[in-house]
Amino acid sequence: MYSSSDNRLSTDVGVHLAKGTVSIIVERCKACGFCVEFCPTKVLALSSAFNSRGYHPPHVVAPEKCSGCDLCGMYCPDFAIYGHRNGGAAEAKDES
Amino acid sequence: MSALNPVEPFLRSDRIPHIWCPGCGIGTTVNCFARALIESKVDLNSVAVVSGIGCTGRVAGYVKLDSFHTTHGRAIPFATGLKLANPNLNVIVYSGDGDLSAIGGNHLIHAARRNIDLKVICVNNLTYAMTGGQTAPTTPEHAITATSPYGTFEPAFNLPHLLDASGAVYVARWTTFHVRQLARAMQEIFKKKGFGFIEVLSPCPTLYQRRNKMGDGLDTMKFYKEKSKVRHGAPTSEVGLTLNGEIIVGKFVDRDRPDYASLMRAQYVEALGDRYVDCSLSRECCEDESACSDEACSEFETTPGKETVCN
Amino acid sequence: MAIAMAAPRRLKMKADPSGVLTGTHFIDGDHACCEGALAAGARFAAGYPITPSTEVVERFASRVPTVGGTFIQMEDELAASIALQGAVWGGAKAFTVTSGPGFSLMMEHIGYAAMTETPCVFVDVQRGGPSTGLPTLPAQADMMQARWGSHGDYQIIALCPNSPQECFDLTIRAFNFAEEFRVPVMFMMDEVVGHMTEKVVIPPAEQIEVTPRRHTRSLASAYLPYATNGDLVPEIAHAGEGYKFHVTGLTHDERGYPNMTPQVQQKLINRLHNKIASAADRITLYEEEQIDNADVIVISYGITSRVAQRAIEMARARGIKTGKFRLITAWPFPEKQVRDLASRAKALIVPELNLGQMVREVERAAAGKCRVVSVSHAGGGVHRPDDILSAILEATR
Repeated sequence: MYSSSDNRLSTDVGVHLAKGTVSIIVERCKACGFCVEFCPTKVLALSSAFNSRGYHPPHVVAPEKCSGCDLCGMYCPDFAIYGHRNGGAAEAKDES
Repeated sequence: MSALNPVEPFLRSDRIPHIWCPGCGIGTTVNCFARALIESKVDLNSVAVVSGIGCTGRVAGYVKLDSFHTTHGRAIPFATGLKLANPNLNVIVYSGDGDLSAIGGNHLIHAARRNIDLKVICVNNLTYAMTGGQTAPTTPEHAITATSPYGTFEPAFNLPHLLDASGAVYVARWTTFHVRQLARAMQEIFKKKGFGFIEVLSPCPTLYQRRNKMGDGLDTMKFYKEKSKVRHGAPTSEVGLTLNGEIIVGKFVDRDRPDYASLMRAQYVEALGDRYVDCSLSRECCEDESACSDEACSEFETTPGKETVCN
Repeated sequence: MAIAMAAPRRLKMKADPSGVLTGTHFIDGDHACCEGALAAGARFAAGYPITPSTEVVERFASRVPTVGGTFIQMEDELAASIALQGAVWGGAKAFTVTSGPGFSLMMEHIGYAAMTETPCVFVDVQRGGPSTGLPTLPAQADMMQARWGSHGDYQIIALCPNSPQECFDLTIRAFNFAEEFRVPVMFMMDEVVGHMTEKVVIPPAEQIEVTPRRHTRSLASAYLPYATNGDLVPEIAHAGEGYKFHVTGLTHDERGYPNMTPQVQQKLINRLHNKIASAADRITLYEEEQIDNADVIVISYGITSRVAQRAIEMARARGIKTGKFRLITAWPFPEKQVRDLASRAKALIVPELNLGQMVREVERAAAGKCRVVSVSHAGGGVHRPDDILSAILEATR
């Protein structure tokens, strides 16, 4: 089970295009909090949901701010999250 | 651009989830390792990872590369034999502070002295984590551990200083907070011939940080961020660690001197000239029929239904 | 797991001539052992100086630069005993050489070789012990240690040469056994055999059979490092060939992955045991003479067998029907053969340069069917023929 960010968000004053997409492999997460803390644009927060191991995985709260820098991926000790830059209309693929 | 996690092709996914605790930094170092391998464009078939025993030693079992989980403290001599038998291999030693500097200390300094072409990634969580958090030679003075319940009183090793004095050609220290710098440092040592050593400070929230009331993994990462000071080229005698003090990080040593294999070759060429045979692999082990002459064939196994074939 | 076989497996090859010093030599056992290793295809040795073994690697150090290969003197025996295994996984045939105190240091890594099925040879030129003991004088007191020295259940093969010629010939056998069974082989010399100088004939390379590395022919995608067929020996791959395999000393499954459960332990440890035990007939080498109708049989090995030979001749000269049984393979112990001897003779005389080690195996195999007499010796010298003769006479009184 995974979640990903939208790569487009429109508001009343204009269209904001996210430069990147985050993919989260929810079942691997052990809620260490590194990704939430060190995302430079604060895209993530720990959710109130649980994965099957009882941890609160992160979820995307500010998808438009994702630059695809993949710092979250570099920090994650459980290989449970990664970001990538969007190429045109590229969207996160299903991995499990 | 591929939407696959860049680290995934390097993992034995059938063995994930791994055994490391929440907030442990070892997995973070593996991410840096994977990215360094990608960026340096090393042929992955030529990479061999050798580890010892301990939490960090388990890295060998999670990476999808030729990997060897050896005995406690002896990853470096195993790696030495591996590299000498096949100089085309890129041999990386990935092990912990206790494994490399206590039981493995002798081998660490000798391999650095010889300048064997090995890349050593030393994940330093300041303790023997796997066995429950005992004192290690790197545990800072006054820290509480399982074997020093009233606080350690042994001075700790300053690993960069030790490796500098032993002759390593590349010595750096980073923490698991410094993911980009760490990946870059790993890339640098992959490209550099000789004995390279990177110390990576990493949280052990379950044992070291917990016993010393330093919070969890995230607290430790923030601690690294706050206390770290980048001082490239700092004299290694000045980069010792204390319980709560400054953490000097950076690249301290980057020098050139001939590696063991070059020294060996030069000596033999000087002594023997044309008589020197520069070949490390055993010819009899060749299993490729086309590379073996007819005279070498002596006997073949017969399979029922197949005739005996003699080259 | 089906293993794709592209071609029949080569079981024997002829020695690489570059390592074979064909000719008639007058050299000691240590030097002959080195030549045997080179003839067998060994191109890597890691060593640490220890009397009376050092000459083996000193000679290797001077030979390999003109033959091809590497010698490295490591910082201690712990390093030497694992560096050679790294070299094996890098593609070389490798060995180390030591004596008692170094042999003790190597025990953990002998266990590692057994567990990871790393083919290699450990030469122990036995000297007086325990501890520092008698560095320049013989003993045969590491025989049990060779079998049981590392922790856990595992099997090894141990060979005992009794002459410099055998130091050459049997070293080749040792490497061949190591490759055939993917097991560490203990080459149990002693200080006298190592330092005695005798004629050693080294034949032409084409007359020397060597067993090549049991390399897999599977594709990388299908390869399982520790899967086996009926013969219980898995196929090996070397680092750098694209197999991306994992090797660990932890209890592991066919994938080589740690799998620390009782079920996997049962399967793995029993296979490691049976791998050798089921092939004992092929592995147990011995020499026997005048066994039929013997009243007394002398069982010996190594340098003691040379003294025993004299004692046997003296006994026969007095009309005593004396048989000779010489262990060439000490481990696995030739249980079947000794059980048979026990049912034929009135007594088995076992002289050894120790306070009674292999004699325990003789007693066990004999199972009370006849007398077993230990002619022990604390080491430092060899038996006098009279010591063994008086035991023979006493047994036939």
